[in-house]
Amino acid sequence: MTPEAINTLVFFAWLAGAAAFVLGLHQMNSPATARNGNRLSAAGMAVAVIATLVYLLARPGGVSSIGLVIIGVGIVIGGGAGLYLARTVKMTAMPQLVSLFNAVGGGAAALVAIDDFLRVVGTEEETISTTIFVVLGVVIGCVTFTGSLVASGKLQGLVPGRPISFAGSQLLTISLAIVAIGGTVLLVAGAAGMVAMSSAVTILVLAAIIVAALVFGITMVLPIGGADMPVVISLLNSFTGTAAAMAGFVINNPVLIIAGALVGASGAILTKLMADAMNRSIGNILVGGFGTGDSGSSTAGAGGDASVREVSPDDVAIQLAYAQHVIVVPGYGLAVAQAQHAVRELAELLESRGVDVKYAIHPVAGRMPGHMNVLLAEANVPYPQLKEMEEINPEFSRADVALVIGANDVTNPAARSDPGSPIYGMPILDVDQAKSVVVLKRSMGKGYAGIDNPLYADPKTGMLFADAREGLEQLVAAVKQV
Amino acid sequence: MDQQLLNALAIFLLAILVGFEVISKVPATLHTPLMSGANSIHGIVLVGAMLIAAAADDPLSYVLAFVAVAFGAANVVGGYVVTDRMLQMFRRRETPAKPKAE
Repeated sequence: MTPEAINTLVFFAWLAGAAAFVLGLHQMNSPATARNGNRLSAAGMAVAVIATLVYLLARPGGVSSIGLVIIGVGIVIGGGAGLYLARTVKMTAMPQLVSLFNAVGGGAAALVAIDDFLRVVGTEEETISTTIFVVLGVVIGCVTFTGSLVASGKLQGLVPGRPISFAGSQLLTISLAIVAIGGTVLLVAGAAGMVAMSSAVTILVLAAIIVAALVFGITMVLPIGGADMPVVISLLNSFTGTAAAMAGFVINNPVLIIAGALVGASGAILTKLMADAMNRSIGNILVGGFGTGDSGSSTAGAGGDASVREVSPDDVAIQLAYAQHVIVVPGYGLAVAQAQHAVRELAELLESRGVDVKYAIHPVAGRMPGHMNVLLAEANVPYPQLKEMEEINPEFSRADVALVIGANDVTNPAARSDPGSPIYGMPILDVDQAKSVVVLKRSMGKGYAGIDNPLYADPKTGMLFADAREGLEQLVAAVKQV
Repeated sequence: MDQQLLNALAIFLLAILVGFEVISKVPATLHTPLMSGANSIHGIVLVGAMLIAAAADDPLSYVLAFVAVAFGAANVVGGYVVTDRMLQMFRRRETPAKPKAE
């Protein structure tokens, strides 16, 4: 084949990859087709990568052996690390892993732009448009890189989840923005020939922009509380897509432009959907200061709130065993305690006694939207038993027992009744409508939002203080005795 | 501006519009897998990293290209595998009751 024919075929393969991304992403809208969609998208990626390899090997001159080694070893090391982490991560730690993958994606986009700029700097290829796309790719990629690392660290507990702010942080942010914008203007002016800059100075200016963007990523995410991290990760995901598209402009590659723009736009929509599900506005989230992120680790026992009623596993077991309708409300506490299997065991035991058991899944139960469904599905809880909020809320009034396991803010009636509450207006599960409520949690510690939950003081609420898994195992044992 | 750039801008604009339309009315259940799936797609930057690796000709660009390829590959492989693990959970044993989440 002539090199030209090969180039045409490679281009078609890239287009096929881009089409697979669009179709795959669309299929991920519905649970039935989601897995296929992801595989289709992965196949598109494989086609695009292989086509790139073919293009490089077949072009006149081919690839230097060093280039081949870089590509081969890089893919083996990076891909191997990604594969290892993806396969070994616990499902509870998955959100921070996604954030980590997002970080390296943003970093890669920035590096592609930087490397290309170093090549063209001082040549006639250093045009205005290239410079603009390089700077955009570098800035967005670097912000995403450090921002996602901080978000991941917050979820992992390496960085405190609470909002962190310090004196002069606003001044710092403004200075960083000035450096980035000023640097950009300077580079564009240089490319336009309006300012005479040596290559060395141009590179120094780019370096200043890089540092400013890296620091900005950190200062952007640090003041945001752990509760809002999912939305932040989604936003940064959208950023990385945009950075990839900018890198595509820099190296003139259509598949990068298409895939990057696709992720940039769909990620933005997804971020909005997630923020809506939490009744938070994106602007509000970026201002920061909401949510402690350190749940349930404060004061143990009833503490200052003397009016709560503590119950024993045996009491609860009797209540559950003789109930007709039980609604389980799982929360993050269940996830961290890895109690999803224990809850399924309890539910099956109750069902064998003729009790009707359902699960009420708040849109943001767990750490991210949909996280809880994944955890429960992992434990083989039948999908039809999982009810979304709108569907289950009318049923609480018919439930004999609502068993709240490690969930807090999503059951807080203050969201309905107290306009002064920080979570006022957030959609909640109407647990307080149930005939009786049992709350299984480790302590009176506050939830993510760091506020009191009046549900616990309700006379019909019994508090069972235990780790979610231990508590559920005690309940299983106790129900067997009934 | 040259024609190539104008064409690229047209593609960019259309791809953005496709991105806005391609996801809609997603059940909250799928928000996380969908984000993770989109996250893997921007791993396409691996292709860009491979292209710059092939053009690299000095030690600094070798290093930059190597890190870029490794980062991109981690994004691609890890992203797809972890997304598949999440979605695997939705595979139910032939339950006829298909939830209404369309």
